[in-house]
Amino acid sequence: MNPRSFLNSLGLWFAALVLVSPAILFFLWMISLSLKFEVDNAAYPPVFIPERFAWKNYTGVFESNRFGLFFINSLIVTGVATGLALLIGVPAGYGIARMKATKAAVVVLIARMTPGLSYLIPLFLLFQWLGLMGTLVPQIIAHLVITVPIVIWIMIGYFETTPLELEEAAVIDGANRWEVFRHVALPIAKPGITVAFILAVIFSWNNFVFGVVLAGRETRTLPVAVYNMLSFEQLSWGPLAAAAIIVTLPVLVLTVVAQRQIVAGLTAGAVKGG
Amino acid sequence: MGTLVEQQVTTVTEPAPVKGAGRRTSFWPFVIPAVVVVGSVIVFPWVFTVWMSMHEWTVGGARNFTGLANYARLASDTRFIASIGNTLVYTFLAVILPLFFGTLAALIFNSRLPFRGVLRGLFVMPMMATPVAIALVWTMMFHPQLGVLNYLLSFIGIGPQEWVFSPRTVIPSLVLVETWQWTPLVMLIVLGGLAAIPTEPYESAEIDGANAFQRFRYITLPMIAPFLMVAVIIRTIDALKSFDIIYAITQGGPGTASETINLYLYSVAFAYYDVGYGSAIAVVFFALVIALSLLMLHLRQRTKWMDLQGGP
Repeated sequence: MNPRSFLNSLGLWFAALVLVSPAILFFLWMISLSLKFEVDNAAYPPVFIPERFAWKNYTGVFESNRFGLFFINSLIVTGVATGLALLIGVPAGYGIARMKATKAAVVVLIARMTPGLSYLIPLFLLFQWLGLMGTLVPQIIAHLVITVPIVIWIMIGYFETTPLELEEAAVIDGANRWEVFRHVALPIAKPGITVAFILAVIFSWNNFVFGVVLAGRETRTLPVAVYNMLSFEQLSWGPLAAAAIIVTLPVLVLTVVAQRQIVAGLTAGAVKGG
Repeated sequence: MGTLVEQQVTTVTEPAPVKGAGRRTSFWPFVIPAVVVVGSVIVFPWVFTVWMSMHEWTVGGARNFTGLANYARLASDTRFIASIGNTLVYTFLAVILPLFFGTLAALIFNSRLPFRGVLRGLFVMPMMATPVAIALVWTMMFHPQLGVLNYLLSFIGIGPQEWVFSPRTVIPSLVLVETWQWTPLVMLIVLGGLAAIPTEPYESAEIDGANAFQRFRYITLPMIAPFLMVAVIIRTIDALKSFDIIYAITQGGPGTASETINLYLYSVAFAYYDVGYGSAIAVVFFALVIALSLLMLHLRQRTKWMDLQGGP
């Protein structure tokens, strides 16, 4: 490597570092806030690495019994909404791709354009009328608005690229449509299903607006619970930051573990819920 | 997004019908459950919202058909009109800034770097993090007395700012958060475009003595233009719809300085429970999102056309 190209790549690396630094510094600061006692969090100039770590900020969050409830609420809402979306969306993606019904995809696209709040007025009235408020059902159904389009969108794209030859061979061997899907198309589509699953989980877990409107005291999901902490504990930054980290940690871990699938899914689908 | 780019292609390559129409109809059972679900949780709310918007209707109150009265009321609602202005300013900034930084990041991450995967992974993290959790930490960072941002500014000789606590700076401050979070999405989309560029044009340009800027201007830019348009469309839709960050940090305040249409819609429908009027806002808002998206899609067709015509 000659000196000039060495300097070039050094410059590029430096530029990359500058671009990444807002993300890195933000998360480091978030961790710092969550590990400091209030004295340190209220200090000016700010303390970056405290002398004593306030682990109690974390244990405090876990010890509150309500947190366990909200965590389980989040798990149920995201789990059921994603599971149902896969159950419905994977066959639908297959059907749409094989029927070449690209027009059907437009509905999914418009669904993505629609502001989440505008689904909420009719759904809110409907759930009230059905007497479902106070259970997790309204939130699960509302989350389908996010998860179903993501799964369909990604699976259409995936099934369009899988080879037809194997499926045709299975048809010649006497398999019916369902058997072809179940034993030929589905196993090949596993990577696509993984991508759809991960993205649906992330966007459902992160969703806030449906919970704000539809959740009662006992049915809050984690993002809503954390937001409510803000109104009650305006000035205790340590516990707030700790709670914020705990809420977003599952998603960040998933992002790190499945970075390749997420990048593939987002560049292929560029979907975002809400 | 890929589907957006390839849409023309897929619609053109309609397959030859094999063994008649029966072949296609046999796929219906796969789609029916999704049609039922999409119909009831997505299409039904659309239709019901339009119907509700023609009523005077508050939760728990009586329901009266009033035709287009809610829409007439919107036209003279100064708070609504102000919220349109806020939305457009917010959207404009929240499209332009991520577009600029995202393209820059894509150009850098497209070159060969040591630890490129790790750096890209870190860069993508803000986009995946829970928006409300992120918003809480930004709220602390914006604090005028104790916030870390004013401390950092003091190093480069800029005095303390009021950030989200002043009507003058609230929207740019919120856009800062939005940009921080969504620049990675633009980066990923543009990176997809850069990966598709063949190397031959660069080689011949180098032989012809084109410098780095000329190579960017006359080869890279036209080649990634369709991808930039896709990024603009997606960013526009998402910025128009932005809710979590604004609600969690300012709730539309101070006063109504950062109240976008979405925030106003929330107040009307779920704080005042005026669901009839709220539905009218939702309909107009939806129309605005669709209109802007169609406009962009139209512009995208033009960039495609320019691709074929232009270039050196």
